[in-house]
Amino acid sequence: MKKDELPQDLGALGKITGEVCYVTDESGNYITQLSNGWEVKSSALEVAWKDVEQRIMDAQQKVLNKEASPILFFMELRVMDIPIVSAYTGFWKWQVKKHLKYDAFQKLSESRLAKYAELFEVSVDELKTMKVHEA
Amino acid sequence: MKLDFQHTQAAHCENGVTTSLLRHHGVNQITEPLAFGIGSGLFFIYIPFMKINNGPAIAFRTQPGLIFSRTCKALNIPVARKKFRSKAEAEKILMECLAAGQPVGCQVGVYYLTYFPKEYRFHFNAHNLIVYGKEEDQFLISDPVMEMATSLSSYELERVRFAKGAFAPRGQLYYPKEKRPVTDEQVKKAIRTGIHRNINLMLRIPGPIAGIRGIRYTGKKIGQWRDKLGPKTAGSYLAQLVRMQEEIGTGGGGFRFIYAAFLQEAYTYFQIPELIDISKQFTKSGDIWRSAAVQAAGIYKGRIGSQADFNVMSEFLYTAADIEKQAFQDLAKIKWPA
Repeated sequence: MKKDELPQDLGALGKITGEVCYVTDESGNYITQLSNGWEVKSSALEVAWKDVEQRIMDAQQKVLNKEASPILFFMELRVMDIPIVSAYTGFWKWQVKKHLKYDAFQKLSESRLAKYAELFEVSVDELKTMKVHEA
Repeated sequence: MKLDFQHTQAAHCENGVTTSLLRHHGVNQITEPLAFGIGSGLFFIYIPFMKINNGPAIAFRTQPGLIFSRTCKALNIPVARKKFRSKAEAEKILMECLAAGQPVGCQVGVYYLTYFPKEYRFHFNAHNLIVYGKEEDQFLISDPVMEMATSLSSYELERVRFAKGAFAPRGQLYYPKEKRPVTDEQVKKAIRTGIHRNINLMLRIPGPIAGIRGIRYTGKKIGQWRDKLGPKTAGSYLAQLVRMQEEIGTGGGGFRFIYAAFLQEAYTYFQIPELIDISKQFTKSGDIWRSAAVQAAGIYKGRIGSQADFNVMSEFLYTAADIEKQAFQDLAKIKWPA
């Protein structure tokens, strides 16, 4: 990539810091230059977040249909998966899987609910009702 | 306490940490491209049975941690590396290092990394930064991908050092154990070692999913994505490919440009004209990867999306594979001075 071809399409990171890119100068020698972003990759990032949002919405609907527990909703909201939830809470993966079921969730003890609530940074009430007040 | 340490920005976090820590130890020759090349950083792998963030697991670079270890080893500099069970112990050792005047490389997760933009905070655990001091409750942080040095409270730092999930850092810290002078002869030897290992990794690694064969394999798979996954998921998969290739840390073109820069620097040590030619081949490959990204963007933005468009995408990968194969074969043919 030549230095005058380096894109400068302001992206989410570009607002905070320029990124070092390796480009060639007039005589073909490599130099570094800062880029504020590239539309091609910021749209890729957008696709990733749209997918996350879709998964959150799907999860919410599943919980409302009583096909899944609010843990699924919060897991998607925090961009986590079962191994990550398991690693942070200390529950086994099969336990997390079980707790993702609507009925199993209703029987969870307060202390277990508290563990999930802590991970998802919500209160136990919010955990149960799926109500979140994000900053 | 603030150590005398100079923050330098780099394209890739691990290259940056390696370069900065070595420079702190008086090793000034090692630039980011040299660290990347000596550490044989260039790679390609697509792991079909693994998913990252519900998308394909693709990497354009070698496994996290190896660039630092390989570069130090090649320069005969002993490395200290520690993981911890206890958070308290992790902070204690960190403080001891700082008290001894040693800036420390730390592996961290980015999900809770407060100074990163929200859009970048996925559960990705192989980020690297340097801690170079503590003032009141704030640890002073040199994060190589940021233009300026920054800071984290001790709680924030503990949280990212003990991020969980794949590649969990478990508080891992590392630094060069000793100050040792590095001669140009050593650098030359290290460059050759790095290049030879990279030739082996890209041309001779067994199995179809890694190295040059991995690029071809991915090209083939992309041609099937539209039918197998449906246009929408196929688009998301391509978006993930582009992110792995271009997002912070690659220097553009899936690290191919950094590698081309490395070969130019290698030339200044050896004056072998082939190195310049081969560097150009990597530049060309990087440009192909960039064109592939533009094509992919057309697909995931819904501007194009026919099977023919996916086939064009495959062709880009086949072309990149051909160029890189030739480039590594040419590297293998170089007659190094005795």
